[in-house]
Order: sequence, then C-alpha cells, then structure tokens
Amino acid sequence: MGPLETQPLDLPEVPVPTVRLRGAVALLGTFPALSGLDLDVAPGEVAVIRGANGAGKTTLLKVCAGLVPVVTGEATVLGCDLAADRRGVRRRIGLLAHSDHLYDDLTPRENLVFLVKAGGGSPRSVDYALERVGISGRLATTRVASLSAGQRRRTALAVLVARQPGLWLLDEPHVTLDTEGREILDRVIAEAAAGGAAILLVTHEAEVESRLLGLSETASVVTMAGGTACSHLRRVPGGSGQAREGAHVA
Amino acid sequence: MWRDALLVAAKDLRIEMRSRVVANQVLPFAGLTLVLFAFALDADPTVLHATGGGLFWVAVLFATVLAVQRSVGVESSNGEAGEGLRMAGIDPAGIFLGKSAAIGAQLIALEAVLTIAVAILYHLRIQGVAILAAAAILGTAGLAAAGTIYGALSASSRVRETLLPLLFLPVVAPVLLSAARAWQLALAGHPGPGAAWLRFLGMFAVVYMVTGTLAYESIMEDG
Repeated sequence: MGPLETQPLDLPEVPVPTVRLRGAVALLGTFPALSGLDLDVAPGEVAVIRGANGAGKTTLLKVCAGLVPVVTGEATVLGCDLAADRRGVRRRIGLLAHSDHLYDDLTPRENLVFLVKAGGGSPRSVDYALERVGISGRLATTRVASLSAGQRRRTALAVLVARQPGLWLLDEPHVTLDTEGREILDRVIAEAAAGGAAILLVTHEAEVESRLLGLSETASVVTMAGGTACSHLRRVPGGSGQAREGAHVA
Repeated sequence: MWRDALLVAAKDLRIEMRSRVVANQVLPFAGLTLVLFAFALDADPTVLHATGGGLFWVAVLFATVLAVQRSVGVESSNGEAGEGLRMAGIDPAGIFLGKSAAIGAQLIALEAVLTIAVAILYHLRIQGVAILAAAAILGTAGLAAAGTIYGALSASSRVRETLLPLLFLPVVAPVLLSAARAWQLALAGHPGPGAAWLRFLGMFAVVYMVTGTLAYESIMEDG
C-alpha cells in the first residue's frame, strides 16, 4: 500500500437522524413560530412533544412535513435538505393533523386507495390497514361524512398504516378516540417504531405521555416553549418508563 | 404527471357523482340565469336571437365560478386549503391537470344541457354545430385551466368565496367575448368567420394550460 492510499477507518456506525434541525427558524406570517430550534430524532425513536399552547409544537410538525419553510438554520428530514426541496420527502412522511384530510363524499376505502396510490404505493395494503384500525365491513364502504369523529380519526390513521412512512407526525392523535381506539393507536405506533420509523407526537395528556414512553427503547420527551426546545430528555433503557433529566439535552 | 392527473380527475369526478353539487345546484343556477335574462329582456325574440350566444356564455361563466369554488372546497378542511393533497405527494402539475380536466368535464356536460335550454327558451335554431362544439371545447379548456389557477390562488384566503370571482372574471373576459362571437356567428348561419375566434380561444387555453402546469407548484406551496 503506497503512502497516498487510504483505507476505511473502523469507526462505530452512527445512525443518521431521521429529523435533524439546527437553529431552525420558521415564520407564520411575520411571527417566529420556531425560533432557533435544535432537534435530533433517530430512526425508531418515539419523541413526545409537549408544551403550552403556542409553543410551536404544531409548527414543528409542519416544518418536518415541509409545509412550513425554514427561513434560517438547517432542516434535514429522512436525508432530504428541506431548504432545497420541501416537496420531495412528503411521500415518505405521514401527517395526522388536527384536520383529517379525508374526502367526506368518499368512503374510507376510497380515501385510502386514492391516498395510497397518490403516494406511489400499492392499494393491496388498504384492506389490511382498515382492519388494523377497526374500520371494516360496512364501515369501510360508508361515506366518511357519516362517520363519527373517532371513526374518521381511525381512518386517517389507517392512511399512515397503509403508506408505512419513515416519519410519523402525529398532532394530538388520541383526541376523539375511545379506549379501544387509543390502544390500537399505541400498538400501531409501537409497531412503526419497531420497524424503524421515527415518531414525533404532540400531546397535552400526561397519561398518554407516560404510556408512550414505554413503547420504544428510544423514547424521548421534547419540551417546547417560545418556538424552541427547552429540553430533550431521552428515556434510559431499562428505566421506569419516565424520561430522566440529564439523559440527553439536544 | 399524467398518472397523477388521471388519479386526481377520477377522484374529483367520483366526488361529484356522489355529491351531485354541479348537477343539483350549479346546473339549476345556470338555467335560472338564462330564464332571468329572458325576463330582463322582456322575452323579445329578436333580442334573444341576437344575444342568445352571449347570454349562454355569461351563464357558463357564472357556473364556472361555482364549479371552481366547489373544486377548491373539497380540498379545504379547517381552513387548511390543499394540505392533504400536498402531503399526499402528488406532482403539482398532475394536480393542476387533473383538477382542470374534472372541472372541464363537468362544464361540458353542463353546456350540453344549457344548449338545449337556450334553444327552447330563446327559440334558437341550433346550426353550425361544428363551430359551436369547437368553441365550447376550447372555451371550456381555457375556463377550466384559468379557474383552477385562480381557485388555487384564492384558496388560502379567508375570503376566497368573494375573492375568486373578483380575480377570475376579468381574466376570462376574452373567453366570453370570443366564444360568444363564435356562437353568434354559428347560430346566425355564418359559421365561417367563427374560425378566427376559435384560434383565439385555442391560444387562451394553451397559455393557461402551460402556465398552470409550470406554476402550480409555486402557487400551492407559496400561495
């Protein structure tokens, strides 16, 4: 081997974060909804986002989805630089927002077939996804306009189950769901995380938060205020399920 | 792009088949407009013969505003216009072409019924069918393309229902003028000179189709 030849170093493999924000600033009009946010979310991590109203939680999800542009700072999601291309990554992201983005005049099945095909997926996953969230039989062929709020929520969740995105952005997903629906949601989240998907989940419910922390070995809690993360505490493996202060601060 | 366009058009047409908003509300509205024109003009056959083509296209224009508003409305929930389509990952050019095609198909069906209504209400003899059909197809393509662009531009506004006609109607005045002239000539039994108006309608449609295909992404993302 000559003096200029190189060989790969045997370094430990560091997982590339699914979400990586550095000094991210995002504006809603002229208001800085995110004001210099730093955040890393690893593949398979369930990151619970909490904070008071107006802390920037929903804006964080929309920035990750490429719906709100980052005006300064860095934002990389699933390896895509959002400053260069906000649209390209969306097929690999699932967003469950406050509004369910379903078409009232179509059935749950038709909604899913459309949204799965639009994402370049195969409609073969649709029936499984609907059954997985408890929307089967006649419900699957009833107009969405006739469904209850909880059933609509389950249908919107089924879209994510069918599309299997690499990043799940969930904005208060437990709201309107009954006990069974919440259990299904928790199981779906745990499966997605086990499959390597990163989960960002906004919640105001302490009980939901502590339950979610037990779903993944790499669960964490991000506390937001004033458009930035005050703390990012990672759950200690083998711990009680509570995130421990000082385990990690982004 | 074409696959996405087909997907969006099929979805919008399926929604219309279910909701029948265009069939049960927009079409009766356009028909009512024709009746009111006849009342306003004192049902004078000479005047109605001379203006029938123009009145038909004014009714089509009003119906287009409603059809575009409906097309925008199905994508809006809780004031978040088009967010679902954006997150679906569909090519914006495909969304534009698909939505334009769906609006165009609904308008063509509406125009077919209105043509019969005009013939009955205004006692018009339908002649020069080739020019009538060509003007209808080209005019509708231009209206649907321009309507889809201005519908998306107004979608994120809290006052989109009133903003859309304000933006859209002045822009499509050339379509009204050209299509009405082509129809008047054809209905009067002189279809020959109508070809010049068809060229203008074709140019308008092409300009808005190309503009929409190229600019729809910026309109959706930054609008």
